[in-house]
Amino acid sequence: MFVQALFFYLFAAICVASAFMVISARNPVHSVLYLILAFVNAAGLFVLMGAEFLAMMLIVVYVGAVAVLFLFVVMMLDVDFAELRQGFLQYLPVGVLVGCIFLAELLMVVGAWTFGPGVPRAITAPIPPLASVSNTEALGLVLYTRYVYYFQAAGVVLLVAMIGAIVLTLRHKTGVKRQNIADQVARNRDSAIEVRKVRSGQGL
Amino acid sequence: MTIGLGHYLAVGAILFTIGIFGIYLNRKNVIIILMSIELILLAVNVNLVAFSTHLGDIVGQVFALLVLTVAAAEAAIGLAILVVYFRNRGSIAVDDINLMKG
Repeated sequence: MFVQALFFYLFAAICVASAFMVISARNPVHSVLYLILAFVNAAGLFVLMGAEFLAMMLIVVYVGAVAVLFLFVVMMLDVDFAELRQGFLQYLPVGVLVGCIFLAELLMVVGAWTFGPGVPRAITAPIPPLASVSNTEALGLVLYTRYVYYFQAAGVVLLVAMIGAIVLTLRHKTGVKRQNIADQVARNRDSAIEVRKVRSGQGL
Repeated sequence: MTIGLGHYLAVGAILFTIGIFGIYLNRKNVIIILMSIELILLAVNVNLVAFSTHLGDIVGQVFALLVLTVAAAEAAIGLAILVVYFRNRGSIAVDDINLMKG
């Protein structure tokens, strides 16, 4: 139990600290790297809670895909980030005020609620004991049966995102020579070869 | 010294607040705003998984998986829009985006 508490505070502290560095780092590349650190530590929290599949998913999807996407864009675009930081200090006092009020409200809500009496009876799909069914298997048993339409909808969302990203960033350049297979197949000897008389002693 | 549901909810609340704070603070830089949105969605996921595991109901984890999907799609589309906007204007300042109106 002590080890669990120790690791909880370790992961939570690093996660919150790196999340703060994400929004306050001067260099956006550092921001992306801190974002990766925050996600890895959140995955550690998920493992502590007992959701191993989601923890690994977080690492695969966020660290492997989203963070690298961010890194690509940050490094690809030649942006003057110093100019974008103007007004940072101007927004700081009001931002701190709003953030503190919001955090205080959230923590009051977190500290003061209890479960209603009907909650234990309202559980839709109870988690089976870990000794018989692992977390990944339990998730699959529910996801591929009762929530299969949601699973497919998630696939459609990803497909739409993929097509949208391709359509948005595709550029048609003019003046580029491309292979035209119909032209290649349709050409014959007459159109491909031209016989010329060349006088001796002179070039073409 | 035992770690309960409240501890995880507190972490989620702090992450959510940092995300809001980041949007407020870096309102000129779209990249940081997108990262703040990712932080907010991470806080939502922490909450969902905390409730799921402490109540013993696996549906919360299914929903967290869907949130993860939507977050990835949103990041991809957002960054694609950002790249197109940068090609058009040569900067990513959010205050000038209304100049793109037709």
